[in-house]
Amino acid sequence: MSAVVVENLVKRYGENTAVAGVSLRIAEGEVFALLGPNGAGKTSLVEILEGHRRRTSGTVAVLGHDPEHGGRPFRERIGIVLQDGGLEEDLSVAEAVAYHASLYPRSRPTPEVIALVGLEEKARARVGTLSGGQMRRLELALGIVSDPDLIFLDEPTTGFDPAARRQAWELVRALRTFGKTIVLTTHYMDEAQHLADRIAVIARGRIVAEGTPTTLGDRHRAGAMVRFHLAAGVSPEGLPPPFAAAPTGWVEAPCGNPTAALHGLTAWATARGIELDGLSVVPPSLEDVYLRLVGEDATP
Amino acid sequence: MTGSPTLASLFWTQLRIELRLFFRSPLQAFFSLIFPLLMLLVFATLFGNGRMGLLGVTAAQFYAPALAVYGAVSTAYWNLAISVVTARELGVLKRIRGTPLPPSVYMAARLAASTWIAFLAIAIMIGAGVVMYGVTVYAHTLAAAAVTFVVGVGCFAALGLVIASISPNAKTTPALTSATLLPLSFISEVFIPPSASAPAWLGQFADLFPLKHFARAFSGAFNPSLHGSGFAWSDAGGTYAIGPHVAVMAAWGTVAVVVAVRRFSWEPRPEKSR
Ligand SMILES: Nc1ncnc2c1ncn2[C@@H]1O[C@H](COP(=O)(O)OP(=O)(O)OP(=O)(O)O)[C@@H](O)[C@H]1O
Ligand SMILES: [Mg+2]
Repeated sequence: MSAVVVENLVKRYGENTAVAGVSLRIAEGEVFALLGPNGAGKTSLVEILEGHRRRTSGTVAVLGHDPEHGGRPFRERIGIVLQDGGLEEDLSVAEAVAYHASLYPRSRPTPEVIALVGLEEKARARVGTLSGGQMRRLELALGIVSDPDLIFLDEPTTGFDPAARRQAWELVRALRTFGKTIVLTTHYMDEAQHLADRIAVIARGRIVAEGTPTTLGDRHRAGAMVRFHLAAGVSPEGLPPPFAAAPTGWVEAPCGNPTAALHGLTAWATARGIELDGLSVVPPSLEDVYLRLVGEDATP
Repeated sequence: MTGSPTLASLFWTQLRIELRLFFRSPLQAFFSLIFPLLMLLVFATLFGNGRMGLLGVTAAQFYAPALAVYGAVSTAYWNLAISVVTARELGVLKRIRGTPLPPSVYMAARLAASTWIAFLAIAIMIGAGVVMYGVTVYAHTLAAAAVTFVVGVGCFAALGLVIASISPNAKTTPALTSATLLPLSFISEVFIPPSASAPAWLGQFADLFPLKHFARAFSGAFNPSLHGSGFAWSDAGGTYAIGPHVAVMAAWGTVAVVVAVRRFSWEPRPEKSR
């Protein structure tokens, strides 16, 4: 069963097309990350799935409902963490969590949820006195208190310190093991890489690549960067292509076929009795792939 | 796994939250509950316990019900508009739309909270009037006063929601509510008792708006020179009649509900340049 099915989704704001024909499927129990630069259309897309915004055209089914007309049965099964805010500042943290819990047919105990997001010490503090990152954690708590089947997280960790970020990742992983479907947006490559089963890169309202963290953008087939140092005085003569000497002594080249390139290189070196200092073979990082993908189609 | 909460329990939850939020916001509580009381002190001190103009009652007997109406209206109209716009601007309304709480239940709870606070405002004012200035309450007009209160508060709450739907942001809302409520209070027998020297057209102009009808119908219950229970259509011969006043307020309220439902937005307004 697919938790989310989207076909040819278009969202326009007047003349501006924010989502330009997106189709995607998210399976139940999957963690799906939408990765893209500012203004790519992530929030527009996610808020259409949540039922907050109306689409211009296309079909959308979320947990079998059209989110525009889902009503209570739909909303009881989803949890939403919006990109920004929406908190009553005069309630305490515990009150806000308990209040949200009381709107749903089932919910997790308030203290448990507060502990999950690491706000135990702030349980009795007024929301208005929390720091930005603590507010964000509270929003995360409100998104999961109802024990939803499908959770939308729009940039859930923006503004978190590194420890809080790790903690939020643990939380997402835990939710995943309970079989929850999670749709998250993020600017952070490492976040997508650590959390997601599948990643879609979105730029200018279009999905420009889709895959698992290892296969995204054909990363596993994209070859590797081979790098080594030639000691001073060693003659680079006869160095096999694609390698070429550099004044610093560090030689670096992207290799489409790293196996063959390394074979040629090591044969050259052993025949001359040369040691290749610091020899390394590094596959392109997700960040490299991402920048290449959105670079082709980046916002101005 | 249990079933969904009933609509009644959702309403109750939301009502309790709204009341809690109101009493945690000192400024709102002050303007609804305390400020009208201060005005009673000032007016009663200024005018002493002499007879007031055309009415022939003491200052407190006129001002306690008139300012009770003012307190109720500032709660239902002024406070409701500002707190709804603030909630929208903070994204609270949007968040609520993402939960299973039905929008109609949310609105009903807000209206109920406003009505309860308006009732407190009126009770405090009349109570203070009775205790401090010997204001007289008449048992035979209480039912008419209660009907006036319910229709009046409903009408002004609906108008408050109209302001909330047309107000672009939380900064302009107080300006919109004050610019409408304050001038009307001066010509609607709220701050100033009816006087023979006022031009007739000013009275006719004020008759177009609901505030004067709220004030007249409610204050009539405290006027010893009128007779009858208040449930009458004509005030001929000094009869206490809320009928025409309630009708005007109901008409304003109905139109306001239609406009508010059409124009209401749960989303914070998108900023102009994004
Ligand atoms: N309510 C709105 N009204 C008008 N235009 C909008 C609205 N919301 C978004 N847009 C426009 O749609 C485009 C996509 O915006 P969106 O918020 O979906 O991007 P995003 O990927 O979530 O960006 P970010 O990473 O900055 O959150 C942008 O050009 C934005 O200006
Ligand atoms: Mg966004």
